[in-house]
Amino acid sequence: MNILSLENVRKTYDKHVAVDGVSFNMPKGCVFGMLGPNGAGKTSLIRIITTITQADSGVVLYNGEKLNQNHPSQIGYMPEERGLYKKMKVGDHLVYLARLKGLSKSDALREIKSWFEKFGIEDWWNKKVEELSKGMQQKIQFISTVVHRPGLLILDEPFSGLDPINTNLIKDEIDELHRNGTSIIFSTHRMEQVEEVCEFMVLINQGKNVLEGSVKDVKNQYKENLFKIDFEGEIPSDALAQTNIITQKNQSITVQLKEGDDSNALLRHLIQKNVHIHSFNEILPTLNEIFIRKVASSNLEKTTT
Amino acid sequence: MDKLWLIIQREYLTRVKKRSFILATILTPIAFGLFFIVVGFIFSYEDGDVKQIAISDPGNVLSVSKIPNTKSITFTKPQKDLEELKKDVEDEKYSGVIAIPVVKNLQDKNIEINYFYAENELDIDSKLKIEKSLGRFFREYKIKELGLDKKKLEALEGDISLSPRSLLNEEKDTSMKAGVGAALGGFMGFIMYITVFIYGMMVMRSVMEEKVNRIVEVMISSVKPFQLMMGKIIGVGGVGLTQVAIWAILIPIISISVQLIFGFDPEAMNEGAAGMSGGGGMDPDDMQLYAAQIITELKSQNWWLIAPLFILYFLGGYFLYASMFAAVGSAMGDDLGEGQALTIPITIPVVLALYIMMVAVKSPNSSLAVWASIFPLFSPIVMPSRLAFSPPAWQIALSVVVLIATCIFFVWLSARIYRVGILMYGKKVTFKEIGKWMFKG
Repeated sequence: MNILSLENVRKTYDKHVAVDGVSFNMPKGCVFGMLGPNGAGKTSLIRIITTITQADSGVVLYNGEKLNQNHPSQIGYMPEERGLYKKMKVGDHLVYLARLKGLSKSDALREIKSWFEKFGIEDWWNKKVEELSKGMQQKIQFISTVVHRPGLLILDEPFSGLDPINTNLIKDEIDELHRNGTSIIFSTHRMEQVEEVCEFMVLINQGKNVLEGSVKDVKNQYKENLFKIDFEGEIPSDALAQTNIITQKNQSITVQLKEGDDSNALLRHLIQKNVHIHSFNEILPTLNEIFIRKVASSNLEKTTT
Repeated sequence: MDKLWLIIQREYLTRVKKRSFILATILTPIAFGLFFIVVGFIFSYEDGDVKQIAISDPGNVLSVSKIPNTKSITFTKPQKDLEELKKDVEDEKYSGVIAIPVVKNLQDKNIEINYFYAENELDIDSKLKIEKSLGRFFREYKIKELGLDKKKLEALEGDISLSPRSLLNEEKDTSMKAGVGAALGGFMGFIMYITVFIYGMMVMRSVMEEKVNRIVEVMISSVKPFQLMMGKIIGVGGVGLTQVAIWAILIPIISISVQLIFGFDPEAMNEGAAGMSGGGGMDPDDMQLYAAQIITELKSQNWWLIAPLFILYFLGGYFLYASMFAAVGSAMGDDLGEGQALTIPITIPVVLALYIMMVAVKSPNSSLAVWASIFPLFSPIVMPSRLAFSPPAWQIALSVVVLIATCIFFVWLSARIYRVGILMYGKKVTFKEIGKWMFKG
């Protein structure tokens, strides 16, 4: 079951095409990375999903239904550029935002109080937002995003401007929400975060999705059959005559197998040659490498066509 | 609808609870009170010491009457000749001496009376009063000397006034009505002008703040931009009504209590005002009569028609302009100065309407006044100023219908601009672009 599925979504501003026929599916309950360089159209896409703007064409399905008026209250969205009413009291502010998401006053109070207890910030209730530090305001912003228990949580660069302690705190909360079945979209251009937390991903560049699927599949798809072998002693010079050696340091060697070659065969072959092997690892490309490669190549295509 | 109500509540309550709002709302009437105190003090100010002024009257012109004493001057008529009195003035026995000449020729129209003084020149106020009294005495003296019949002479006197009377509306005494209507109309038009500006600007600033704050993106992921805009406009409008209502109650209370506590008699003020306007002021009795007339005239106005219409025009004008201000606020970036140019198209009609209103008050049935009170950008300011002159019903009806239709259209149009504008960052917006936002889906 997909919580979100997009089909050929387009959005243009004036002459600028922000989203150019994006399609992807997001399975329910997963953590989904939406990647792309700055200006790729991520925010435009998120704005369509959150019903802030409408797509010019294409279909967006939420839980199999066409996006409609009832969905915003099931979505929690934390924009990259965060903001709160500076003069409002923290407690009042959260109640206000929660009620706009459709919670009753008593429900809102209960939920917010429990979050305050969780974060140990009960004494903030009557403070004005402007009296809080930036990190504190981010916590408030996070609470406001999840207070109505959304089925879909959209976080746009959630860790930008957070110190390591708060980053971990929010990460833990995201993990917990994920365990409880919330579907989470993670929009970022920082690949290591996606690798760490996401199961599925879509890569967007210049308004188009250039890559889509589970993180594992993507990595496998882009693997180059590289193997790193750590060993002791010497490798007889004839042992690797058939293989392509990429790098060779004193006790470590990286080789590339040809398509269809069996890594077990190589290992067996080396053992037969009496090489003392410490480790034998496949090197998978990092998302960062895939990202750079993919973005560079699609940009190249664009300039040549 | 629920969400709209929540937004209205927040917009209203956060403003009303603000210290600056409470201060402005309470301090303004107090400032009015202080103004009254200061003005009252200025007008009732008189020199502490009483001046003695002697009168030399060898021709016995003042046989019948006597110049009335004032708070600061007492007049005496000692049986001395002028030269002796002049000496007394030099010796500071008297502040001065009024030398009334012997009237040789009763046909003389210009009579010059000397006032001799040593150190204390007469202040303008006293000079005017003395001149006024003396003029009356010479008249009486001449009447007596010429042997005229005073009663016959009085028959010649009297004011001529032109009283406009409408054949369509059966009303009495429209001359007073015109004056009161003009004052009332001008007042209403001016209130409109002020409120539209102040609270329209408030809406604009608040929209801008939300945009610069970036809260707006969070907001419109929960509510529709239209709800947010309308909530703000209605909430701020409520703030405006609250403030005006509080003022309407506090200002009269404070000014009355100031009068009671500090005991300024309004006559002192009137005298002062009359003195300044060249001595032709009214007697206190006339003043009271005049005030009574104004009050009856105000009472005779058809308030059951004027008050609801005033509120209707207020709402129409407010929504019309506030929505435009909201649209402009949404198109502005962080730079207030840069965006100021965008407000010009809004401020020009408001200011024009104010000028037209001033003319309309003088001639409420001129074609300029009539058309301006139907044209929707001017009508909220111009029509209320004409209401006191009971304009024809078809004009009111047409003007209201046009206003409501335009109002709905502008709110719709502004919402379209707003919805795009609030998400635009870091770009200088031109009118051309705003035009595109209006008509693009």
